Amino acid sequence: MFERKIFSRTAAVAAIAGLAAVAPAKAEDTVKVGLILPMTGGQASTGKQIENAVKLYMQQKGDTVAGKKVEIILKDDAAIPDKTKTAAQELIVNDKVNFIAGFGVTPAALAAAPLATQAKIPEVVMAAGTSIITERSPYIVRTSFTLAQSSTIIGDWAVKNGIKKVATLTSDYAPGNDALNFFKQNFTAGGGEVVEEVKTPLQNPDFAPFLQRMKDAKPDAIFVFVPAGQGGNFMKQYAERGLDKAGIKVIGPGDVTDDDLLNNMGDAVLGTVTAHLYSAAHPSTMNKDFVAAYKKAYGNRPGFMAVSGYDGIHLIYEALKKTGGDTNGDKLIEAMKGQKWESPRGPISIDPETRDIVQNIYIRKVEKVDGELYNVEFATFEAVKDLGKTKK
Amino acid sequence: MTAILTNLFDGVAYGMLLFVLACGLAVTLGLMNFVNLAHGAFAMAGGYVCMVLVNRMGWPFFAALPLAFVSSAAIGIALERTLYRHLYTRSHLDQVLFTIGLTFMSVAAVDYIQGSSRVFINLPAALQGQFDVFGVGIGRYRLMIIVICGLLTIGLQMVLAKTRFGSRLRAAVDDPRAASGLGINVPQVFAFTFAFGCGLAGLGGALSAEILGLDPYFPLKFMIYFLIVVTVGGSSSITGPFLASLLLGIGDVAGKYYVPKMGPFVIYTMMIVILIWRPNGLFGRTAAR
Repeated sequence: MFERKIFSRTAAVAAIAGLAAVAPAKAEDTVKVGLILPMTGGQASTGKQIENAVKLYMQQKGDTVAGKKVEIILKDDAAIPDKTKTAAQELIVNDKVNFIAGFGVTPAALAAAPLATQAKIPEVVMAAGTSIITERSPYIVRTSFTLAQSSTIIGDWAVKNGIKKVATLTSDYAPGNDALNFFKQNFTAGGGEVVEEVKTPLQNPDFAPFLQRMKDAKPDAIFVFVPAGQGGNFMKQYAERGLDKAGIKVIGPGDVTDDDLLNNMGDAVLGTVTAHLYSAAHPSTMNKDFVAAYKKAYGNRPGFMAVSGYDGIHLIYEALKKTGGDTNGDKLIEAMKGQKWESPRGPISIDPETRDIVQNIYIRKVEKVDGELYNVEFATFEAVKDLGKTKK
Repeated sequence: MTAILTNLFDGVAYGMLLFVLACGLAVTLGLMNFVNLAHGAFAMAGGYVCMVLVNRMGWPFFAALPLAFVSSAAIGIALERTLYRHLYTRSHLDQVLFTIGLTFMSVAAVDYIQGSSRVFINLPAALQGQFDVFGVGIGRYRLMIIVICGLLTIGLQMVLAKTRFGSRLRAAVDDPRAASGLGINVPQVFAFTFAFGCGLAGLGGALSAEILGLDPYFPLKFMIYFLIVVTVGGSSSITGPFLASLLLGIGDVAGKYYVPKMGPFVIYTMMIVILIWRPNGLFGRTAAR
């Protein structure tokens, strides 16, 4: 009895010693990235694309960087901010992640911001597009886009290209309001006139009455922002109502003609002009390789969300290279600031002051290429910063 | 003037669609006194069946529509025999819990099988676009909806009022015990009615893909609309839900057109006003069951 007790005690001590010896060594060799994405729910296509792109990047570049093994821990938040917060908490406290990344929608990115600040770890935003996000924590960097970037550019482009009267149709939530306000600001400053303004509810079953109102206002074009999933429905009803035949064009940020869904929208979408950060038809060699690899791995075309995820994981790799594998959050954020690289979308960089993305915005028109619909780029506005930051 | 007529037309089409989607619910809720919140799931099933047949297997749209009806009805009858039947005598709370659970399962299942993105049904060219009648824009697809749903409504009303089956059904609803005493096979009548309601929902789901959009969250998104139709219309006949659907469809479209800022609330405001005025719905029986 006595002997046994001693034995078990020794065993326990040995086990604890063993654990202590193993655990820190393991933590030093791996870098954990907590990826929080909407994998279910209405935003699931965003989550799927980012997850695919991150996996693809790690297959191409290997899963070790600066002597560390990179481990991805995926959590589904269904784009519900409360769930994002819980997921971020679990990742930080239990899994001791070195980065949190992903975030399909603005409220999700905002929910995680205070946790990133407290834990002093970088939060890499790969999708959400409202300007204020990066102001909410000094640990946030963004590799996606802001709606101000594309909306101001399309506003400028429209007035310079003979579009004088515009009716707007935007979804009634933060990104929609951002898109509307920045478009209006630049469009009216250039001498354009907004003749009709309609905000549609986010859960909108039928666009018909809104579109009829647009049609009767007889504008030169409609400025449209709807969340990516609704673009197809909008375009169908736009054509059904004969707005295309009435000569009313569609312009907007590129969410409405997301590559993910574009091909199913039918020919009514032809000629739609949008300003956006990425088109699967971007003519660089790097993009052609990226599109080919993505198609081969997942059977469909990458959209702008996939590229944002691809660049997000790239930024994490580069930051680790620069710190030599040091996972101190402050050092990582310092390393991310001012990073410049060639992305499938074109040259991009991280603004050292705002930690937000600086990128080219392309003006594109929907055309048929080899029997498929693509956003074909025809004008470029170089190195566009986010113009939506709070004025200081 | 033409704007008014175009809106009226759109509103009628929208209302007709709501009616086909919701009338099965009016039947189960009103006639059979069963709360079936999973009604939208049958509509979604029909929509997806139609989509798979048309887009993947190349069936013509008009051939796929009846099959959407049949498959939803078949699923309906299978579930009625295996699951629903046991809940007829249970409390409404049990029925609600059961059917809402079924709804979540259907959402997850369709999300798993078909993915979460919105799907469209490829329409024949003849149904696309709009034509003008004295300056009033008439959408071909919406016109087809009005024709199909109008015929269905007339047919339903005839069956209920004029046929032997209709009178059996009404008898079974009014007093199941007396009806079975008279030799009417009440469970069979109910099963058939339930299946028919599900079939109509399936047809409605297939028709609505183009206008309301079809994705795995369909049953949850539109559950509210179905319930509004039934509560406003009262659930003791099908004329009530029919007129309620039209009223709500026209109200919704006109509200969104004329007061876009208030648009989404018009339908709810109408419901509240009508229910304050007539708590049992427009055509409800004065004495609640």
